[in-house]
Amino acid sequence: MSILAIQKLSKTFGGVRALDAIDVSFEAGEITALIGPNGSGKTTLINTVTALFSQESGTIFVHGEERQRIRPHEIVALGMTRTFQSMRLIEQISVLDNMFLALTERGPFRALIEQRNASHEKHAEEILKKIGLWEKRHAHAEKLSYGQRKLLEIGRALAVDARVYFFDEPFAGLFREMRAIISDILRELRANGAAVILVEHDMALVRGLADTCYVLDSGKVIAHGTVEEVLQKENVIEAYLGK
Amino acid sequence: MDYFIHVAILASIWGILALSLELVVGETGLVSLAHAAFFGIGAYATAILLKIGLNFFFAAPLAMAVVAAVALAIGLVLSRFKGDIYMLASLGFTSIVYSIFLNWQSVTNGPLGLPAIPRASLFGFSFSTIMSYFVLVIIMLALVYAFCRWLTRSSFGRVLHAIREDEEATSIFGYRTTHYKLLVFVIAAMLAALAGGLYASYISFIDPSSFMVAASIFVLATIILGGLGNVRGAILGAFILIMFPEALRFVGFPADIAAQSRQLVYGLVLILLMLFRPQGIWGTFRL
Repeated sequence: MSILAIQKLSKTFGGVRALDAIDVSFEAGEITALIGPNGSGKTTLINTVTALFSQESGTIFVHGEERQRIRPHEIVALGMTRTFQSMRLIEQISVLDNMFLALTERGPFRALIEQRNASHEKHAEEILKKIGLWEKRHAHAEKLSYGQRKLLEIGRALAVDARVYFFDEPFAGLFREMRAIISDILRELRANGAAVILVEHDMALVRGLADTCYVLDSGKVIAHGTVEEVLQKENVIEAYLGK
Repeated sequence: MDYFIHVAILASIWGILALSLELVVGETGLVSLAHAAFFGIGAYATAILLKIGLNFFFAAPLAMAVVAAVALAIGLVLSRFKGDIYMLASLGFTSIVYSIFLNWQSVTNGPLGLPAIPRASLFGFSFSTIMSYFVLVIIMLALVYAFCRWLTRSSFGRVLHAIREDEEATSIFGYRTTHYKLLVFVIAAMLAALAGGLYASYISFIDPSSFMVAASIFVLATIILGGLGNVRGAILGAFILIMFPEALRFVGFPADIAAQSRQLVYGLVLILLMLFRPQGIWGTFRL
């Protein structure tokens, strides 16, 4: 049974069909890449599954259970988390506070009486050390470099106790060292049995990381298989390079 | 001396009001103009309860409970909005409440207001002297300050800061942001009601003119001046905006244009301050 399965998912913006009856499924312990040209629907798929966009039609199964009208705040409870293509950190609070947002009480009354929590602090410390931001923990997120902010967003996602991780172009604009850190993180998540969904344009990275791959074009899945398999397909080459 | 203490009492009451609005505007990023209404409902409710013989220390919490119920009902509507719409809807609420103060004669005595509101007392000690009332108000201000500081440093406060910047991204991390917006709105309204109760008991006469939209704008100006995102800034802003115009009385403007000159200088200083320090004196956040 897939950890996350999506059937006939559609989404329209104005007259444009951004997702056209998409069928995809993601397995525990696998890295699945979503590839395709710009505007093919990769980010729209993630935004719709994580309820940032309303779902028009189709069905989403989480752990085999059908979920109707998922709302954004329910994503974490369903064991899912994500990063954003355009980073959405909380800029005017510290690195540590950004991490705590993914760790502390969600209910407002409990949050009201929660001040410091040693286990949250320890967990945040472990992650920040892993991504090399522990020294910057008291800095406002807006003061970090582009790459550090990318890493913080990934760190924040790691702090969520999730089984499904969506990473939307996590390597974009990063140096080799930072790419290596993120690659290791994705492999570790896979080894721990999580389903990792990776949107990425760099085919070398996709080849090195992904177990399977969906190719999207104009809101449709045009190929599915291992990376090597799909990159041999004529319709995939055509989608990327044109006829 | 009594005059200075009188001004300090008013500044402290406005300080409590400013602190409460800071929670909504400075910490959560929601520009609310509903505060004059909660200040007013708190003042009227406390005044009525004091006049029927209830002790202030029972009357004020009851008034706060009344305001909490009203804020909960209004907040259920407001917490669905953000930005300009939130501000306009809160403005509409204040206008409605003002109209009720003006026209619900049997309860509020309409434009004639409620006179002879008793002073607070505790275990037989009446805060009837201006100095004793000053001590009471300062203690209340310190308690409200400590509460606001504690709240903003809690996990709840962190979520408010996150909502202020990106409500959608905050919700993705499992937070029902409308619940947070609603709860902080209710807490702030209750504190505004406390300020209203202290005001009514001190001035001993209230009428609807004290609770117009202008009062909401004034308290908003105090927290912007003091600096949004900092609870100390709210108190500083309130003391400056209450005390500065009073201080101008001693500048020695010619008697026939003294009032106009004071208004002119007051307005000019505010404009200059916003030009050269738009984030306010202690601000960490700009709208």
